[in-house]
Amino acid sequence: MSARYNTGDAVRVRTAFPPGHCRTPFYCRGKSGTIVRYCGEFRNPEELAYGAYEGPLTPMYRVRFAQTDLWPDYDGPAQDKCEIEIYEHWLVPAEGADHA
Amino acid sequence: MHDDHHDHGHDHGLYEVDPLHYHPPQPDLEDSKLTHHQIMQMAVAELLIEKNIITADELRAQVDFMDSITPARGATLVARAWTDPAFKQRLVADSKKAAAEIGMELGPIPILVMENTPKVHNLIVCTLCSCYPKMLLGTPPDWYKSRSYRRRAISEPRKVLSEFGTDLSDDIELRVHDSTADMRYMVLPMRPDGTEGMDEAALAALVTRDCMVGVALPRA
Repeated sequence: MSARYNTGDAVRVRTAFPPGHCRTPFYCRGKSGTIVRYCGEFRNPEELAYGAYEGPLTPMYRVRFAQTDLWPDYDGPAQDKCEIEIYEHWLVPAEGADHA
Repeated sequence: MHDDHHDHGHDHGLYEVDPLHYHPPQPDLEDSKLTHHQIMQMAVAELLIEKNIITADELRAQVDFMDSITPARGATLVARAWTDPAFKQRLVADSKKAAAEIGMELGPIPILVMENTPKVHNLIVCTLCSCYPKMLLGTPPDWYKSRSYRRRAISEPRKVLSEFGTDLSDDIELRVHDSTADMRYMVLPMRPDGTEGMDEAALAALVTRDCMVGVALPRA
């Protein structure tokens, strides 16, 4: 599986609430950020958690968010950031982003 | 004996046991109920040994090794990076390779080294559980695993830093790294002023665990 996004791409985290184990924190779902690093391919923790150790490898990225986008009442300066590891199937191109 | 404890009401002879003077015993390890995961861990360990997949000695040696890791490992890398700019670049680019240069094994999980600069300060948290760069810092402190730190380090990190005694200027960008998945993180703090003449060993002594999690700054 080849990586769909490049560093600098604007992405949005899917607003999804699947049952079972996953590693996408609630606080970033539906939020938009920027890819800052491609981390490589890893097994999907949503499958690993249920014993599917041989599933396909999935690309994983570090996504940078503005803290003021994540927390409406964030009390720090506007340049503060949060960076989260997110698997590709949780990401979609951000609205208006120039991306296939 | 105990002359200074007149209000204690009675005297203790060296071998005298006063049945009225009761101290509740500390519970022994076995006195609290085993959790589900403790039972599972014991069962899996017993099975692995019984089926000759690992030996009891290998299991013991691994636990012994993990318990032997202290933040001194991380501090060694930081001090080397402070004294050798080329090493710092390699450490930030690929910590596993850079550590291997000085014979330090970082294990299978990638550790990303996040460099503090005059404009950027980094802070590490794992909001979903308690992922921690154990191969560099050893066992995490209890506060790192607490719900309070995990919730607040992400949503009000500047307040948390200030409770640790670290006040960050408003013109610095604070980057919080949430270890949600397959990476681990360590902060590479800035070398403090007034350390120009210090050698690597002396510098390493300034680099504490808290500095490498990002809740404190090293001081000369």
